[in-house]
Amino acid sequence: MFGRRRAVDAVDLTLAAGDCVALFGPNGAGKTTLLRLISGLLKPTKGTIRVGGQSLRDDASARGLLGLISHQSMLYAALTSRENVEFAARLYGVADPRAAATKALERMRIADRAGAPVRSLSRGLQQRVSIARAIVHDPRVVLLDEPYTGLDAAGGAALTDMLSSLRAGGASLVLVTHNVEEGLAVATQAAVMLGGRIVRRDDARTIDQRIFQNDYRAMVLGAIDRASERVSVPA
Amino acid sequence: MGARPPGTLSGALLIARKDLAIEFRTRTAFFSSLVFAVLALTIFYFTWDESIVTPNDRAPGVLWVVLTFSALLGLQRSFAIEEHDRGIDALLVSPISREAIYLGKAIGNLIFLCAVQAVAIPALALFYNMPVGRPLVVVSGIVFLAMVGIVAVGTLFSAMAVNTRLAELLLPMLSLPFFVPILMSAAQAAARVFAGRPVSEVGFLLKLLVAFDIVFIFACMLAFSFTLEE
Repeated sequence: MFGRRRAVDAVDLTLAAGDCVALFGPNGAGKTTLLRLISGLLKPTKGTIRVGGQSLRDDASARGLLGLISHQSMLYAALTSRENVEFAARLYGVADPRAAATKALERMRIADRAGAPVRSLSRGLQQRVSIARAIVHDPRVVLLDEPYTGLDAAGGAALTDMLSSLRAGGASLVLVTHNVEEGLAVATQAAVMLGGRIVRRDDARTIDQRIFQNDYRAMVLGAIDRASERVSVPA
Repeated sequence: MGARPPGTLSGALLIARKDLAIEFRTRTAFFSSLVFAVLALTIFYFTWDESIVTPNDRAPGVLWVVLTFSALLGLQRSFAIEEHDRGIDALLVSPISREAIYLGKAIGNLIFLCAVQAVAIPALALFYNMPVGRPLVVVSGIVFLAMVGIVAVGTLFSAMAVNTRLAELLLPMLSLPFFVPILMSAAQAAARVFAGRPVSEVGFLLKLLVAFDIVFIFACMLAFSFTLEE
C-alpha cells in the first residue's frame, strides 16, 4: 500500500529453478514495486515472500540467494568497477572476491575497464558493471528491472547470454521490461501487470509473439483509456 | 559457491573501509570540515578583547563549537554517498545485518572525525597558546569519547534525514538536542583540564561520558533498522 493506493494486489507468483518470468505492464502497473517487495526493500502489508522456503525479512542469510538489478546502478561513483564488484562479493561472503569480481566483469564484457572509476564510464558501461555487481555471488534468484536500458548491442547480447547461463545453472529470474521481444527471448513465463495485479499469464515458450504483442498493446491502451476516463471532467 | 556472509563486525569493517576509500578518493567532506574548523578557530580568535578574556579562557568553548559543527558537516556526507545511485539498496538486499550497516557507517564517521580533530586540536593549541603536554593529551581523550557519542547519534539521524528535502537543516535539528548531554560532560571535563586541575577531578564526568556513549550506541543501533523501513 502507498497511502490509500494498492500498488501491488493479490499477486501469487511461484518460480521453480531455471524459470524466468517476464513481467510486462505500463508505467505505474506495480512491476518495480513487486520487485522491491520480493527483494525485501519494501515490506508487504499482507502476504509472504519466500526464497528457497526462507523468508527474506526474517532470515538475513536468505538475502544472499538474491541478486537485484534496479533502475539505479547501486554503484559508488568514486570507486573503480572492480572495487564496486569486489565490495559486493565481500558483502555476500564470496570465498575469493577478487576472482569472482574478475569473472563477473568478464561475463559482462567489461573486464578491460575494471580499473576505471565508475564515474568515468558511460551510462551503458555503468549498467554492465551494475549487472556484474548483482551476479557476482552467483544468486539463485535474480530480479531485473529494465536491465537492457542503456545497453548497446554488445551489452545486450552479453546480458542475454548471461541470463541464459544463469537459467541453465538453475537460477530463477524475474525480468521486468517494456520490450516484449527482449522479454520473451529469455522467459519461460510471460505475465502482464495492470493496476497492481497480474491480469494475464502465458507459457512464453509456446506463445505466439505477434499475438501476445498485439494483445498486450490492446490491454495497455485499454487501461490507459480507462484511467483517462476516470480523471476526465464530465461535460 | 559456498558463500558465508560476513558477521556483524566484519561486515561493519567492510563498510567502514569502503566509506573511507571513497572519502580518500574525493576528500570533499574532509576538506570542508577541516577548512570550517580552521576558519572558525581563526574567527573566534579575533572576536574577543584579549585584555578582558584571555585565549586560554576562550579555548574550551571554541573547541566544542568547532568540534560539534565540523562533526555535523562530516556526518551529512555519511548517507549522502549511499543516496547517489542508491548504493544503500545494495547494502539492504545483501545478507549483512542492519546493525553491521550502522556500525560500519559509525566506525567510518569516527575515523573521519578523528582525522579532522587530529588537525583541529593542534591548531587550537597553536592559536590559543595552550599547553601542548599532558593536558592536551587528556583533552584529546575527552574529545574522542565525545566523538563516539556524537557519531552514534549523528549516524542514526544522518540516515533519517538523508531522504528528506531539508537534510542539511534536519540533521542538526534532530542531532543537537541529543548532543547536549555529551557536550555538557565533555566541555566541563575539558575546561577543568585546561584550567590545570588534576585528571582525577574529572573522573566522574568521564564515567558519565562513557555511560552516554554506551547508551547511545546501543539505542541508536536498535533504532537504526526502523529508519530504513519504507
